[in-house]
Amino acid sequence: MKVLVPVKRVIDYNVKVRVKADQSGVDLANVKMSMNPFDEIAVEEAVRMKEAGTATDVVAISLGPEQSQETLRTALAMGADRAIHVVHDGELEPLAVAKMLQKVVEEEKPDLVLLGKQAIDDDANQTGQMLAGLLGWAQGTFVSRIELSDGGLKATREVDGGLETVALKTPAIITVDLRLNEPRYASLPNIMKARKKEIAKKTPADLGVDTAPRLKTLKVTEPPKRKGGVKVASVEELVDKLHNDAGVI
Amino acid sequence: MVILVYAEHDNAELKPATLNAVTAAKAMGGDIELLVAGDGCDKVAEAASKVAGVAKVLLAKDAAYKDQLAENVAPLIAKLAPAYSHVVAPATTTGKNIMPRAAALLDTQQVSDIIEVQSADTFVRPIYAGNAMATVQSTDPIKLITVRTTTFEPAEESGGSASIEAVEATGDAGLSRFEGAALSSSERPELTTARIVISGGRGMQSGDNFKLLEEVADILGAAVGASRAAVDAGYVPNDYQVGQTGKVVAPELYLAVGISGAIQHLAGMKDSKVIACINKDEEAPIFQVADYGLVADLFQAVPELRDKLNEKGIKAR
Repeated sequence: MKVLVPVKRVIDYNVKVRVKADQSGVDLANVKMSMNPFDEIAVEEAVRMKEAGTATDVVAISLGPEQSQETLRTALAMGADRAIHVVHDGELEPLAVAKMLQKVVEEEKPDLVLLGKQAIDDDANQTGQMLAGLLGWAQGTFVSRIELSDGGLKATREVDGGLETVALKTPAIITVDLRLNEPRYASLPNIMKARKKEIAKKTPADLGVDTAPRLKTLKVTEPPKRKGGVKVASVEELVDKLHNDAGVI
Repeated sequence: MVILVYAEHDNAELKPATLNAVTAAKAMGGDIELLVAGDGCDKVAEAASKVAGVAKVLLAKDAAYKDQLAENVAPLIAKLAPAYSHVVAPATTTGKNIMPRAAALLDTQQVSDIIEVQSADTFVRPIYAGNAMATVQSTDPIKLITVRTTTFEPAEESGGSASIEAVEATGDAGLSRFEGAALSSSERPELTTARIVISGGRGMQSGDNFKLLEEVADILGAAVGASRAAVDAGYVPNDYQVGQTGKVVAPELYLAVGISGAIQHLAGMKDSKVIACINKDEEAPIFQVADYGLVADLFQAVPELRDKLNEKGIKAR
């Protein structure tokens, strides 16, 4: 089966984000950028499927600025066979991304699209579901286990009350959660090999998709700061404060 | 202006998250209608009709809606949506699964996980795991919104007398099938609705040691949660996880035990009214957000806490 894995370049999850003084957004200048951690899990799963002989071809795709190429090189170093880069500067909303992915899916005809359940920058948690809706495909979201079954897939989803299993017809969309796997670090030889792998370039115009944002970001601000309180010296004092001062127990 | 709110339920009971979504919808202005899509869910529709401020309940009954599969429910929402200014759902795993699919069918850019309604088209939502707040204005004719339930008070469960109107089902898309669920059963309250939450972190050292927290939780009527570190270490199941990628909670009291306070954990609990922590490392970041911090070995402090509560006769409310 052919697997398409969309990956997004985001601020590295270890970086403390700073809001710009003019409230126009988050400061991205000179900040370490990495592959969205959920997408890394998706790449890992696709590569494992290839190693297990169930996936034949793993194609990574990223939509974003010139530097998104680095994110694609990471996916290639992890084991993706080739990559597609839709070059676009500036903001892209999930709906526009899903529309572009839809066009690429129609060209590439994968059996499975594996992607992160959300990106850790905008935390929207929409792209996979939107893509599934546009294509009219089955969707398994927040998935922590994937099994192949007759003519389809079984996906275990992490839901609020525990776990849920759904059977999906293929082709299908799966968005992955944290516990699906532990992504590998690319080895140096594989990083070297990845440099020679092909990255095809496209533009939103090639795909015929209007990327104009539908949401206007009016401002981006710091969250209200929570002040640290007092240290208590004993369990006795803690119980006293919670019972008598705060009145919560 | 009429707003459609997607009711979350299990065909037997209306889930409380729906009530928070109703409050958010009220803040947008306009009449509120509730959509109950399910199978054998008349009781849910009845409960929905009693929610204060609801003008009408739309009831779509079909076997295809029984398990809230997005492939079957999203087309129903997309079909009904053009009669409304907004479609609102709680940002639970059900809402997060269904709503973006419906939004795509409607060619609408959804606004996810809002924490504040500024006007009918302008909302505040957290980004970067709550490290920044974005105020966004939607330009779409129909607004699709998911609501972070912990930041909106629940609407009153009674006082309403809405009419119930049957709507035609859209049928089974034939793409997916529900196979089964392994839901955690617990005598304790649900994490997201509990008045008190006691969470353990890597400092608990084992799953067995969570018994210490459960003893205290049972005295106080609290839910038990965990940090991602504790879940990843296999101490407790994943549905215990409090944090940006787990559950977001905002109880009256959040007691963090053996939790250092990573950014991603803080994002899931920092809206709690009172935060207390027990940690032996006084440099742990959790102390910077805790109202009351105790520097102590949890293996001594937690049993002592249990005994003190019993001694003083402090019980669940």
